[in-house]
Amino acid sequence: MRLVNFIAGRIAVYVMVLAVGMTILFFVPRFAPTDPVDAMLAKIAVQSGYMDASQVDALRASLSDTFGLDGSLLEQYGAFLRRVFVEFDFGPSLSMYPTPVMELISNALPWTFGLLFSATIIAWVLGNFVGLLAGWKPNSNAGRAMEGLAICLYPIPYYIVALILSVLFSYVWAIFPLTTTIRGAPWSWDLVRSIVWNSFLPAMAIVITTFGWWIISVKAQTQALKEEEFVRYARLKGLSDARLLGRYILPNALLPQITFLALQIGLMFNGSLITEIIFDYPGLGLLIYKAVLQGDYNLLMGTISLSIVAVATATMIIDFLYPLIDPRIRHG
Amino acid sequence: MRALFQDNPFRLYIGLALLLIVSAIGLVLPWFTPVDPLEWYTAPRNQGPSGAHPLGTTSLGQDIFWLLTWAVRNSLILGVSVAFLSTLIGVFLGLTAGYVGGGLDRFLSFLMDALICIPTLPILILLAALFGGQLSLVAAGVALVVFNWPFPGRQVRAVALSMREREFVNVAWFSGERRSRILTRHIFPYIAGWSAANFINTVLVAIATESALAVIGLSSASQATVGTMIYWALKYQALLGERYIWIGAPVVVIVALFIGLFLMSSGLAMRSSERRMSI
Amino acid sequence: MIEVDNVTLGYGSRNFITAVDGASMTIGRNEIVGVAGESGSGKSTLMRAIYGDFSTGLRLRSGRITATFPDRAPIDCSEMRKTWWQDISYVPQGSMSVLNPLMKVHKQLIDGLPKHKRKGDRRAIRRDLETFLAGLDLDPSVLDAYPHQLSGGMRQRVLVAIASYVGPHLILADEPTTALDVVVQKRILLMLVEIQRRLGNTLVLVSHDLGVHYQIADRLIIMFKGEVVETGPTDEIFANPKHEYTQRLIGSLPRLGTRKSTVTALRRATP
Repeated sequence: MRLVNFIAGRIAVYVMVLAVGMTILFFVPRFAPTDPVDAMLAKIAVQSGYMDASQVDALRASLSDTFGLDGSLLEQYGAFLRRVFVEFDFGPSLSMYPTPVMELISNALPWTFGLLFSATIIAWVLGNFVGLLAGWKPNSNAGRAMEGLAICLYPIPYYIVALILSVLFSYVWAIFPLTTTIRGAPWSWDLVRSIVWNSFLPAMAIVITTFGWWIISVKAQTQALKEEEFVRYARLKGLSDARLLGRYILPNALLPQITFLALQIGLMFNGSLITEIIFDYPGLGLLIYKAVLQGDYNLLMGTISLSIVAVATATMIIDFLYPLIDPRIRHG
Repeated sequence: MRALFQDNPFRLYIGLALLLIVSAIGLVLPWFTPVDPLEWYTAPRNQGPSGAHPLGTTSLGQDIFWLLTWAVRNSLILGVSVAFLSTLIGVFLGLTAGYVGGGLDRFLSFLMDALICIPTLPILILLAALFGGQLSLVAAGVALVVFNWPFPGRQVRAVALSMREREFVNVAWFSGERRSRILTRHIFPYIAGWSAANFINTVLVAIATESALAVIGLSSASQATVGTMIYWALKYQALLGERYIWIGAPVVVIVALFIGLFLMSSGLAMRSSERRMSI
Repeated sequence: MIEVDNVTLGYGSRNFITAVDGASMTIGRNEIVGVAGESGSGKSTLMRAIYGDFSTGLRLRSGRITATFPDRAPIDCSEMRKTWWQDISYVPQGSMSVLNPLMKVHKQLIDGLPKHKRKGDRRAIRRDLETFLAGLDLDPSVLDAYPHQLSGGMRQRVLVAIASYVGPHLILADEPTTALDVVVQKRILLMLVEIQRRLGNTLVLVSHDLGVHYQIADRLIIMFKGEVVETGPTDEIFANPKHEYTQRLIGSLPRLGTRKSTVTALRRATP
């Protein structure tokens, strides 16, 4: 019963996130000081130089459609929601006309997902390993040094780490590429190597900024769990340190980590956007950036709607890991 | 005074010291600026450190030191006002939700959970695009408040919920104290510790988000903030020109500020969790 | 089996706080020894030292504790760790958080065993566990339960089962019946007695409740303010308490029925 409540509650939050997010996206352009369509057209006109009247009209129609400016406010709202959730259609990209926005997004999404996913996993494994050991022996020199390192790393903003890494390893000591160019035939080793090579620095930037937090939180968890009665009892059963850490402390430390990860995924997404822009990495962040620079409103609305949906979905999936680990929710 | 030093974690003092240094740079020094550091070509361009210009000058002929003080001032003002408003709204709505309960609580909790899940930066980028490519500090601040009040709100709600069950609150309740009085006399002092940690955390998030927006050129480029300073330095190829102080100074200050704020907030959180355990 | 010789125990190094002061006692084979005393009397500290648990600042300042188990040379309490869950095991108080909340009971039953017994044919181990539990009148379904699904009494019985599954020569039980109602308490005591009779080993039962000792202990050790003030067979102590503190303790017991009837009832219940 508790499991059903948990899942139902979580899905309700998911629906709420999407509703609030899309409502914000719908109303924000309507309260903007400038008419977005005119602003757009002016920007496109400046960039493309010459356009004849029929082209301008076609664009105006497309833009009005994107912003859903036809009909009453309620109708517009309904049409907007339908486009996002039912048709998955944000129209053609204006800067890469006539490629559909969805196609650009579906090309970019795997890059962002892959980057965030692999960086999170690396940071998580490293952070847990170091945090467990530092929490197990908190008064050892290594434990203190690790916590000190974590405290210094964690508060540094993503873009600063990304900048420093790109300066150090692509410029001062140029062993990694400054911008991302993926080469190689599909499904070949060259391609894989190229991807790993180009993703290394951006992933490192995310790893460095997130793993400090993992160390801090896992260490605190470990120290608290060490004092728990069941750990003391297990120690008196003669269990080795490795088994105490692996079977008793780590699984119990994982529970709060899931909640934390779910709360932080939005912030991490923000970080990956900046990292992508700095490294010219072909993910969603770069696409959003390009959309802003080129005034491509279809693309902008599409990418931002999808960011919200993607982050909300990822958060929910992570939350669903909770009952997998905690039997108290599974068998309430 | 002695007890203050003995009870508090060491990190609180390191954090405080870093914060005092950065605050001195941002809140005191700007009063003594000789010329408007935003004005271009008020100084010779691309100078190294000298007596007249302690940190040298930019490629636009601005004094880096005085520009930095203005940048730190604006970033701090933004961060503190966002944190102040977010905490105010968060504590108020969190207390209301936790204390009133029922349908209002359910609605507010849903709203808080939802707002927390929405990534802020894409929304800010959208706003910047709609405001013609640059977001004013005020607009950025308002948006940051909208997305940051749920963090203190959720925590305060959880504390308020557990407080409702506490003995001393019940005693107050049964002895006929008014509801508002119970809130201010019994619950609020208790929440203050958490709120302080949250406040600092929000300062951190606000400054980081605005400066991230600035670094990609979407914040108000005509205002000095730590982020816009980095933006201009990047734009004028400060790295290739080996003008490291131009880009390095804001980076060092923001890192010092962030480490200071983080140490403060984790120190305060540790303190209030200790206090919570001891009750 | 255990020889405690003029032992002084305490916590901390610079500001040493004495918990047990010059205690001596002997614990023999095949007996149930009750250790009684109020909280702060040093009984738990002494038990920790006998068990060899010198974590969290416990120090042996003077004296010796030696253990002699069958098939093993006598060892000092500082090396007791080697014998944990082989020659000696321990029953903690069954609070909510004493078992790992994420692990099923059957895993927590075997995870104190040496590796070669833990690994091996899963089904054989499972069958063995089921017969073992059946022998203790426990339903095999508890094996697949998570700790939060057990009631307080059931949790305590599981803890007793975990400690006895290894077939140790000595079981230390620390307040195993505290915070349980009388009916459940009796059931746990029965279980402990039965296990002791079956294994023919030694049970050391620490409790502040003289009523508990009265029901099952063969011999009593009374501690007061860090010192052993009286030892002797339970009947003798109850009939003729020498130390003033013991007299007060016994005087404060409610009198219902006689010892004889309870003991015989308990002993008759065991085969």
